[in-house]
Amino acid sequence: MSSLNDVAGPQQRQFNPYTENGGTILAIAGTDFSVIAGDTRQSEGYNIQTRYAPKVFRLTDRAVLAVNGFAADGNMFVKKVKQRLEWYRHAHAKDMPLHAIARLIQTMLYARRFFPYYVYNILGGIEDDGSGAVYSFDPVGSYERETCRAAGAAQSLVQPFLDNQIYFKNQQPAPGTSFPAHLPLPIVLKLVIDSFTGATERHIEVGDGLEMYVVLAKGRDLSGLEGIVGLQELSTKSDGERIFVIRRELKKD
Amino acid sequence: MNTFVNQFSTSSALSVIRKAQALVDDDEEFSDAAWGSEAGFGNLAKGVPSFSVPAVHDPTAFLRLHTDDHADPNCRIKIQHGTTTLAFRFQGGVIVAVDSRATAGSYIASGTVKKVIEINPYLLGTMAGGAADCQYWETYLGIQCRLHELRNRERISVAAASKYLSNLVYSYKGMGLSMGTMICGWDKTGPAVFYVDSDGTRLKGDLFSVGSGSTFAYGVLDQGYRWDLTDEEAQELGRRSIYAAGHRDAFSGNTCNLYHVKEDGWRFLGNYDITKMHYEGPGDVPGSAKTGYGYDVRVEGRVSSAAPAVAS
Repeated sequence: MSSLNDVAGPQQRQFNPYTENGGTILAIAGTDFSVIAGDTRQSEGYNIQTRYAPKVFRLTDRAVLAVNGFAADGNMFVKKVKQRLEWYRHAHAKDMPLHAIARLIQTMLYARRFFPYYVYNILGGIEDDGSGAVYSFDPVGSYERETCRAAGAAQSLVQPFLDNQIYFKNQQPAPGTSFPAHLPLPIVLKLVIDSFTGATERHIEVGDGLEMYVVLAKGRDLSGLEGIVGLQELSTKSDGERIFVIRRELKKD
Repeated sequence: MNTFVNQFSTSSALSVIRKAQALVDDDEEFSDAAWGSEAGFGNLAKGVPSFSVPAVHDPTAFLRLHTDDHADPNCRIKIQHGTTTLAFRFQGGVIVAVDSRATAGSYIASGTVKKVIEINPYLLGTMAGGAADCQYWETYLGIQCRLHELRNRERISVAAASKYLSNLVYSYKGMGLSMGTMICGWDKTGPAVFYVDSDGTRLKGDLFSVGSGSTFAYGVLDQGYRWDLTDEEAQELGRRSIYAAGHRDAFSGNTCNLYHVKEDGWRFLGNYDITKMHYEGPGDVPGSAKTGYGYDVRVEGRVSSAAPAVAS
């Protein structure tokens, strides 16, 4: 008499602790500001788990971290980065500089080289010299400073748009003119909103809500932010770098 | 019998020790990072860093299952691959040239990667294979080279630095590290180039190229290489070889970064767009012919479709 076990091959089990929770994040650096944005939809396969799960987090008054990939890993990673930054604050009575946060994130990601966090990180903020900066990371910690970067489900839709509109790739300047190296804040905000409405139209894992964090360098006026509805300030001091968040609705289908 | 009692007693000497140990262990949960910055070394403060490993019987198989994009293109964590890097020794020092493309599957994840890692003012490392592996371990090598300097009041030799790295990656053999690197520099013995990879190979040599585009780079490099190349000729050969690889290898491209190592340390010479080199050449730089490297540019007016008039 033959049972099913005799016919079937050996049973195999595997440890699969990862899943993909969709969504997209994006960051753009200006001369004296930085914009870090992400949608708020969290999904697994074709199911939308929630329409509001933040992917962008304020770390200090001049640093914002966006995480994308596996949400559980992402939330845990942000929690641990915030803990290390708090320890640094207690030891040195100041906030960690942005370039140091970037290196910290590299070593924290690489410490999990053999059991990686399934997370793509983008760090945005203001450098010590007052310039806007964006750092992008792979899941095991290789990183690079850039002017703009999109990551996540719709990165292949958003990044080419940014290449064209920020780096002016495949564009020819009008005779006697040249392209600017950095764009002003109002233009950058428009490009971010357009990137996400566009990605929402063409990608099923993007939508519901948009959160845009704006970090302004010390002493910079609020030009470019005046008249924006629903602008909320998150900074703890008024004389240092300032952080704002702007929330927008995206299509929910 | 006594041991059994001791094991569950709450007042015996043994249990007091056990409690004390538990308290000490509890304290260990907070690393030194909690009390300071670890002098800026992050998790490198205590010498060799420690890594989390999944609690499965075969951690390497686990890592391969989730990260190896050759075995399974749909795997979740894509580690960036595809590269052309080269370095060669000649009369005037060492030339190091690399491309700047990073790919994840067929997606170009970045076109602005820095594949030359500046270990210290006299040492350069190149990056092929896992970007994070190279970046992290070559930074770590930089720390160790500085410590060597402080302990011995003398700069580390290129041979010693490269052997430090090769011994280090050899201790992780089979765990899934992926690096193919050239450690280049200038020491007491003059210019030096060493090839080190994650299998544990370490080779001394005059000329190496590593990565998916290395065969194309070797083609140009081998036909143009001589020991007595002038500085300008050598720099042009480095650029031209990376151009060839960027042109023929889909996984290489975007731009070329060029470095020259001399007796007083390395110097960054420039970043050259590969498409621009194809049509217009590298621009007004020493050694350049000031024309495009592209086939069309060189054969213009001399192809069969536009053949010169036959005299008859």
